[in-house]
Amino acid sequence: MNFDFSDEQKQMRDEARKFLSEQCPPKAVREVLDGKAPYDKALWKGLAEMGFLGVAIPEQFGGAGAGHLELCVIAEEMGRALAPVPFSSTVYLAAEALLIAGSDAQKQKWLPKIASGDAIGTLALFEGHGNPSPKAIKVTANGGVLNGVKKPVADGAIADFAVVAARTGSSGRESDISLFIVDLKAGGVEIKSLTNIDLTRGQAAITFKDAKAEPLGATGEGWGVLTQVLDRAAVLMAFEQVGGADRALEMGRDYALDRIAFGRPIGSFQAVKHMLADMYVSATLARSNCYYGAWALSTNAGELPEAAAAARISATQAFQHCAKNNIQVHGGMGFTWEFDCHMYYRRANAMALGLGSLSYWEDALIDRMRKKNAA
Amino acid sequence: MNFDDTPQEAAFRAEAKAWIAANAPKQYEEELRKASLGRVALKGANILEAAKAWQRKKADAGWACLHWPKEYGGRGSSPIERVIWQQEEGPFGRLSSMFIIGHGMCGPTMMAFAGEEQKRKYLPPLASGEKIWCQLFSEPAGGSDVAGLRTRAEKQGDEWVINGQKIWTSGAHYSDYGILLTRTDPTVAKHKGLTMFFLDMKSPGVEVRPIKQASGASDFNEVYFTDVRIPDSQRLGNVNDGWNVSLTTLMNERMSIGAGVSTGFPELFDFCNNLMLEDGLAIENRAVRAKLANWAVKASGLKYTSMRAISALSRGERPGPENSIGKLVAGSMIQDVATYALDLQGAAGALSGPEDAEVAGKFQAMLLRAPGTRVEGGTDEIMRNIIAERVLGLPGDIRVDKDVPFNKIPTKGRA
Repeated sequence: MNFDFSDEQKQMRDEARKFLSEQCPPKAVREVLDGKAPYDKALWKGLAEMGFLGVAIPEQFGGAGAGHLELCVIAEEMGRALAPVPFSSTVYLAAEALLIAGSDAQKQKWLPKIASGDAIGTLALFEGHGNPSPKAIKVTANGGVLNGVKKPVADGAIADFAVVAARTGSSGRESDISLFIVDLKAGGVEIKSLTNIDLTRGQAAITFKDAKAEPLGATGEGWGVLTQVLDRAAVLMAFEQVGGADRALEMGRDYALDRIAFGRPIGSFQAVKHMLADMYVSATLARSNCYYGAWALSTNAGELPEAAAAARISATQAFQHCAKNNIQVHGGMGFTWEFDCHMYYRRANAMALGLGSLSYWEDALIDRMRKKNAA
Repeated sequence: MNFDDTPQEAAFRAEAKAWIAANAPKQYEEELRKASLGRVALKGANILEAAKAWQRKKADAGWACLHWPKEYGGRGSSPIERVIWQQEEGPFGRLSSMFIIGHGMCGPTMMAFAGEEQKRKYLPPLASGEKIWCQLFSEPAGGSDVAGLRTRAEKQGDEWVINGQKIWTSGAHYSDYGILLTRTDPTVAKHKGLTMFFLDMKSPGVEVRPIKQASGASDFNEVYFTDVRIPDSQRLGNVNDGWNVSLTTLMNERMSIGAGVSTGFPELFDFCNNLMLEDGLAIENRAVRAKLANWAVKASGLKYTSMRAISALSRGERPGPENSIGKLVAGSMIQDVATYALDLQGAAGALSGPEDAEVAGKFQAMLLRAPGTRVEGGTDEIMRNIIAERVLGLPGDIRVDKDVPFNKIPTKGRA
């Protein structure tokens, strides 16, 4: 049994960590946090040059053709560094949707640009509050144009194109939903930036008014594709979350070793030690669930739906837990703008929602476990 | 990344599987499978005899104590082969619960500190299950703080005379031998005045009394020592070096991997799949599903953490410290799971008789046993300390008794 990443994959993780520690220090993240730039353009270019954007894109479409295990180790490092770039929207959502459902021409058009850093993509799914559901989709597609509003759309204000879930029927079934590619720079598209809890990542509202749209996959099969995309992205985002959780735990541990109160390092008090031990437990459980998700994702196993939901829940909980208790370990300093703790807290809580919230995935996990049990 | 055996592992697995298929006591299989929380009872058979018979059979064919050297009754297997054996032995492994302490802790301590002649005399019958061993460390005054123990050993000629009391000794009532940690010098700091021995549990002056636990059952004992005489040749390690000897024992306790810890989750999932509430099946209720999902990811997280440890063994590495989370997570989880299973039953959840209670009172028994799982083998708090100190590198607790002679350490809180 080798339920672990290979030495080559671990080496790639080390390279990514080194690159990001140099190119994406907290100071760089703060440029975006403070609103000086919508995202870190230089870092985005650098990620393209390192081959990280196209790591799981086949060579024929301009990628490195490595695979999803390689993408998982990079994702972990992106989360750890809080990289303020549209990596998840472009690579986990848009590129995966194209890989699953795109025509050869669509893949040829967008994937090489994604790999080279010349196109930012995203998924436009949500319409106001609520979780992924065919019923919640009101944006209509008729005669090759879209009408309606998507909100929130992650990285919507900086994206070049979006994969949009729209209504093509009214039977009340999943087959009412189809996917489209929309060039966001074209006419009939209005984009408005929205303030959100994670100031290092943008959110937007996108209004379509007779916006030209190209079908992605067959009409009526959008929901099935979307479900696959969300499962795959859930595993990849879970790696980002585990990376973030680990870093938040380290920050708390380091502070507990350095900070003296009552004449001793605060890390010598059991109340603090035990809080950090519990953070380690959450992060470890999440990592192990993520590894299973990575295995299922990379082998396209039938277990993927269940594994993805478990990784998503576990990693969401771990990142939220580690980020909030990192602030608690830091005490008052943790609640200052100056310390980096709040950036992890913001990211953890935004990531907990972006693919559908915890309650959605909890429900999905039990559904999937029941199905497996019945089979 | 894969779950596949290497060719050598696959060959070993096939051999183990075939032998087990041909030799395991299949008449007990169903009862063993159903025993979800440690307590194994066999209808119409004496569990001790059944366990000894299975162990004997394994030993005769070279399948006992796989990780021990052959000359002491083992097989000389690698750690990963031991894990594969446990996976294949499956429910039949539950027959061996009374040997766990002897094989996992006493044996390795003997191997490290006993003389060669003693090892050849005592270890093979321990491996084959002919003799059962227990571990006598904990005392009323020293649980988590085991170095605070008070049982005295005083030298008289070539013998040591033991007086005192041990507690929480699993299996003392059916054990033939035990390893015993005693105080030999109370005038020095507590860790520096301890000495380890092994002894015959049938020695005059040894009295074993079962403890009636909070759950009503009796899995453990108190053991009283009144002028018990142990020859100096049965001392393990140097006089006053017992603390270091005990660390070997405890290290081996934590090395056992792959056996899998009970979380109660599979039982709860099945229960919710079948339990009808006022408005439908429990598992179709959103609140129930949210609870289940949270426990599901803990259970799977533990499972795959153990897979990662097994992978490290397979590569010939020592597993990392992440494995220390198992007991901490599972202990409180099983308590929460049991509490929730009763909650779902409403007022009837209080009924515990097998004929009245849901699923024969499984969750009621689980609830009443659970407090013990969070204490035995290292309390939740000790486990958190271990993680904080050994994994995260945080400072050890400040120990005010560290440099104080043992007989000057206060023995009462509120005087």
